[in-house]
Formats: sequence, structure tokens, C-alpha cells
Amino acid sequence: MTLRISLGILLTLVIVAAIGFPISASPQHWYEFPLIPGLEEKARLIFFHVPTAWLSVMAFCTSMFYGILYLRRRDPMDDISSSVAAGLGFLFCILATVTGAIWAKFNWGSFWNWDPRETSIFVLLLIYGAYFSLRSAVDVEEKRATLSSVYSIIAAVTVPFFIFIMPRIMTGLHPGAKGDPDGAGPVVEFKMSPNMRVVFFASLIGFTLLFIWMFRLRVRAARLEYFEHAKG
Amino acid sequence: MEIRISARGLRMAFNRRTVFQGIDFSVGNGETLLVAGRNGSGKSTLVKILCGLLTPTGGKVEMTGEKPLDAHAWRGHIGLVAPYLQVYDEFSAIENLRLTMALRGLLSDDGAHRSLLERLALDVRRSDPVRGFSSGMKQRLKYALALSHQPSVLVLDEPMANLDSDGTMIVRSIMEEQRRRGILVVATNDLSDVSAVQTRVDLDDRR
Amino acid sequence: MTAANTPLLRWLRATGAVFMKDWRSELRTRYAISALVMFVITTISIILFALGGEGASPEVLSGMLWVVIFFAAMSGLARTFVMEEERGTAMMLQLTTAPSAVFAGKLLFNLVLGAGLTVLTVVLYLIFISGFTVKTYSIFLGAITLGSIGLAAASTIIAAIIARANTKGTLYPVLSFPILLPLLMTVISATRLAADGMPFSEALGEFQILISYIVVVVTTSVLLFEYIWKD
Repeated sequence: MTLRISLGILLTLVIVAAIGFPISASPQHWYEFPLIPGLEEKARLIFFHVPTAWLSVMAFCTSMFYGILYLRRRDPMDDISSSVAAGLGFLFCILATVTGAIWAKFNWGSFWNWDPRETSIFVLLLIYGAYFSLRSAVDVEEKRATLSSVYSIIAAVTVPFFIFIMPRIMTGLHPGAKGDPDGAGPVVEFKMSPNMRVVFFASLIGFTLLFIWMFRLRVRAARLEYFEHAKG
Repeated sequence: MEIRISARGLRMAFNRRTVFQGIDFSVGNGETLLVAGRNGSGKSTLVKILCGLLTPTGGKVEMTGEKPLDAHAWRGHIGLVAPYLQVYDEFSAIENLRLTMALRGLLSDDGAHRSLLERLALDVRRSDPVRGFSSGMKQRLKYALALSHQPSVLVLDEPMANLDSDGTMIVRSIMEEQRRRGILVVATNDLSDVSAVQTRVDLDDRR
Repeated sequence: MTAANTPLLRWLRATGAVFMKDWRSELRTRYAISALVMFVITTISIILFALGGEGASPEVLSGMLWVVIFFAAMSGLARTFVMEEERGTAMMLQLTTAPSAVFAGKLLFNLVLGAGLTVLTVVLYLIFISGFTVKTYSIFLGAITLGSIGLAAASTIIAAIIARANTKGTLYPVLSFPILLPLLMTVISATRLAADGMPFSEALGEFQILISYIVVVVTTSVLLFEYIWKD
């Protein structure tokens, strides 16, 4: 109970700070963010976009972890955890893609540009979509669990090819990509002042805790549903 | 090699519905196992588990020689005849025989194949595509495919399906021979299909 | 009964049997081959029609080549597994053959089929699509060889997965595309380099990626196949 309340307070503080703290060219007070040329007010999106993107990846790893457990132990509970994690990951991935597209529109003029990181988050979205299409196409529970676990592993081994190798080939617009003229830097760079970093990490932690909480809640609900079906 | 098949607490469930549970048996060389039960009681499911085609939800089943056999060795000792085991009907009878031997990793001997087909009254049609076979001929071909590698364990699901009286006689002599050589497993509704049963598993009360 | 059979020999025999069965069956019915040929011809015709005599840049044409190859693969490479399920003959394979031999034999079959459809597409493309000319042949040959191998490898394992599902047809491209995207991006990039006349050394990065992709996908497939195959 206290955990939930503290989580609520933390996230409220984060949101207030992210949206409310004023941005000025020469920050005087502890609650003012420095002005980053080229980004200005749009910098606020960092507090939301990066955590959702981070979570969509984390959720996928969680889903795959439980998938591998299922392949070894054949415990239906593992499959439940796997699909719950994937469901949450899908949600956060959609959020990340949308916030990213908004950022792209305001900074670079168009909603989508196929730079490596945009492509990666889109591919993750496709993988989630494929995962759920596969699940809905198999009737037998045991087979459904096995096939989706296998697919998530296969998808996972192809993903590193994007993250590590594609930027080598292509220049990109994303902050931190090769060829980025302004060098707005990879996110945790020196350009973020100390107080920005505090809010940023608080947001990251807050979102991660949010995910864990949602995950446990939904797993509990899914398990109850599972056992109710078994009785009937 | 002396083979023994034993099962302990075997349980099978699909989509949380239990088909059967608590199945125990043990059968060795020279013995016959009968799997009996009404339609839908899970006979074919148990047959598939015995052939290594399905993994049981619970319990254990193993095939032992001097020690428990792994999946690969298990496959090598089993021959199956069943309505749901389809053959490649674009190929001829003898091509199917050569194929199943090669799939098992074994060398083919056309002479042996032909005598086997002759015994099953199929030698005349050995080069015709199976597509044109009657259901009785297909059933006899399945026996040929099951026997070509001389399995220690012969598993028959509905052994007399689609057979006329001549076919039935051939199968009875095959069953006799298998009893002498190894293990015979028969799953059937019709108890006149098989005689001299040592072990019997009744699936009707095992839900 | 049959002596002097090392396990390796038996495995090779089994793999060969799986391949030859698919091969002979295909030669007899010619279903997949004719469907693939018609697909490639139709698609290239549509492209020619859509271009309407106007050119497109070599970059665009390089990408389109692989679009055609991808969809041709989607229309033909699932058959090797799906046919077994639809005809009910998968059980015969499960009963008699080591799973690794089943996978290896069918992978081999798809490699051959994939090579055939790639060569056909490339030849027709080079002949009929006038804006597309290859300046550095070494890069191009490397790209189509490695691309075709990688395509077959990924397509085969996904085919094994969808063969056990219900709506096989539409599910196949949906599952395959995210897996194949790294391959497609790399191979399109290499094709562009070949069309631009870049020296071979420029494409080394792409080839490294392609080779590691093939190794990773094949290794993962071999490890996971038995989970897909066995019930």
C-alpha cells in the first residue's frame, strides 16, 4: 500500500518537474533547466520518451526470459508472465513510437525518417504485433506457449543486428547517431545539467517501478482467470 | 535386445482438460499390450505417447533395453500402423518403403522390400502411385512400412481397419510373428482383433 | 540388421532422404516451382507497368529487387513444412526421422528453391528493368549469394512455426518480416553499392553482417527446432 502511494507521489513529482520547471538561458535557481540550443521546450520530451522506449525493450527481455523458462519447465504460469510482459511492452512501445514521432515532427520537420533508432523501435513494434498474431493463431495452449516462446527468442537474436550494426551503415538524425550535426548527444551526456539529470533518472526509475507494479497486477489477474477456466 | 516398456502415473491433458491419468503398465518381450476403451477415451493419444509422438503432461513412460533408451533409439524400435499415419501418395509402394528406410537412416534392400510387399499382397502394384490404392491396399502398405525395419515393438491402432478377410488373415499372422519376436501393442474397440493379451489398459475409467 | 552404420552416416542418409523426398515430390507435381515462376514474372511485369517507361533511381531499383525476392520467398518457402501438416504426413517424419535431420533436409530444400527464385528474379530484373545496371559485379554476386542463403535460413524456421498455427498464409510474412529486416536492409545497401560502382572493400562491412546473420539464425534455428517440431 505504502509502495503504491510512494510510487504515485514519485511519478507526480516527476511529471510536475518535467512539465513545470521553467527553462531559461542562464539558470539561477535549482528548479530551472538550462536552455539547450535547438531543443528549448522540446527537451521536456526526454523525460517521457526515453523511459517508455527503455521499458518497451525491458518488457521484451522479461517476456523472453519467461518464455525460456516455459520451454524448460513447461509451467503455464511462465507463459502467463511472458504474455503479460509482452502486452505491457506493446503498450509502452506504441507510446515510445508516438512520442518519438512527435519529437521528430517538431525538431526535424517530419513524423518519420527511417533513421536507425526510429527503425529499431518500429521493428520492436512489428515484433510485438507478430508475437500476438502468432498467439491468436494457435488453439492448443501448450503449443501456443511453445511457439510464442520460440518466436520471441528468434526475434531477440536478430534485434542486436539493428542496434549495434545499422548505425554503422547509415547516418541518422537521432541525437547521438553518426552525422548528427548539433551533437545533442546521447541522452546521458554532459549537456544535461545536474538537476535535469535528477529528474530524468527519477522518471526512469519511476516508470520502471510502474512497469513492475502493472506487471505483477496483471499476472495476478491472469492467473485468477486461468484457474477459473480450469474449474469450469 | 530384450525390450521392456513401462509407464508410471501417466497423465495427458489438453487445454486443461484431462484425457486420462494414473496409467501404469509394464510389458516385455513376447507380450501383448491391449489398450481398450470407447471412442474418444484416449486410445490414440496413449498410442502416440508410446510412439514418442506426444509428450505426456505428467508421469513417466520409458523404453528400456539394458538401460533406458533415448528418443532416437526409441524411434528405431517402433513400427506404427494407424489411421492417422498418412503415406506419401504421390510415390509408389516401393518408393515409400525405400523412403521410410532412408528416413530412419537405414540402407534399403529392394529384395527384402519385395518379399515384404508380396507377403502383404502388394507386390504386383509396387510401382503404382499409392494415390490409386484402395483403402485396404493403403492399410496393407502401412503394415509394410511399419515392418520394413523389423521393429522390436509393433504398435497397431485399429489393426483391421479397411481390411477384407484376406487382409485380416495376413495381419493375424503378422501379429503372431511379432509376439514371438518382440512386443505387440494393440489399441482397439473390437476385442476379437487380438488374442492372448498379457497386459490390458482400460481407458474408460481413467478420466 | 544393417551393420557398419555410424550415427553420422545415418543422419546424413536421413537428411538426404528428407531433401530428396521434397525434391522428387516437387518435380512430380511442379506446384511450387510453377507458382514461384509465375509470381516473379507477374511481379516484375507489374513493376514495369507501374514505372510506365519512366526511370527510377538506382537506389530505389536496388530496394525493389529485394522486395520482389522477399515476396517470392513468402509465396514459396513455407510449403515444405506446411504441405506436411496439411497432408498429414508430418507424423510419418516425426515417427521415423531425427528432428535435426528433418530441419537440415528442409533447410537444404529451401536453400535450393531460394537460390532458384533469386537467380530467376535477378536475371529477369537485369534484362527488363532498364534503370538498373550493376557496376561492381563482385559485390552484387556476394550480395545475392549471401542474401539468398540468409533468406532461406530465416524463412525455413518461421515456416516450421507457422505450419503448426491456423491462419498460415497471412501469418507467414507477418512473422518473417521483422526477422528478415536486418538481412534485407544490409543486402539492399550492398546492392546499392554494386549499382553505384563502389570498390569491393566498401561492402566488406555488409558482408560481415550477412555472414554473422546467417550463422546466428542457423544456430538458433537448430537449437530451437525440436521445440517447434515435437508435440
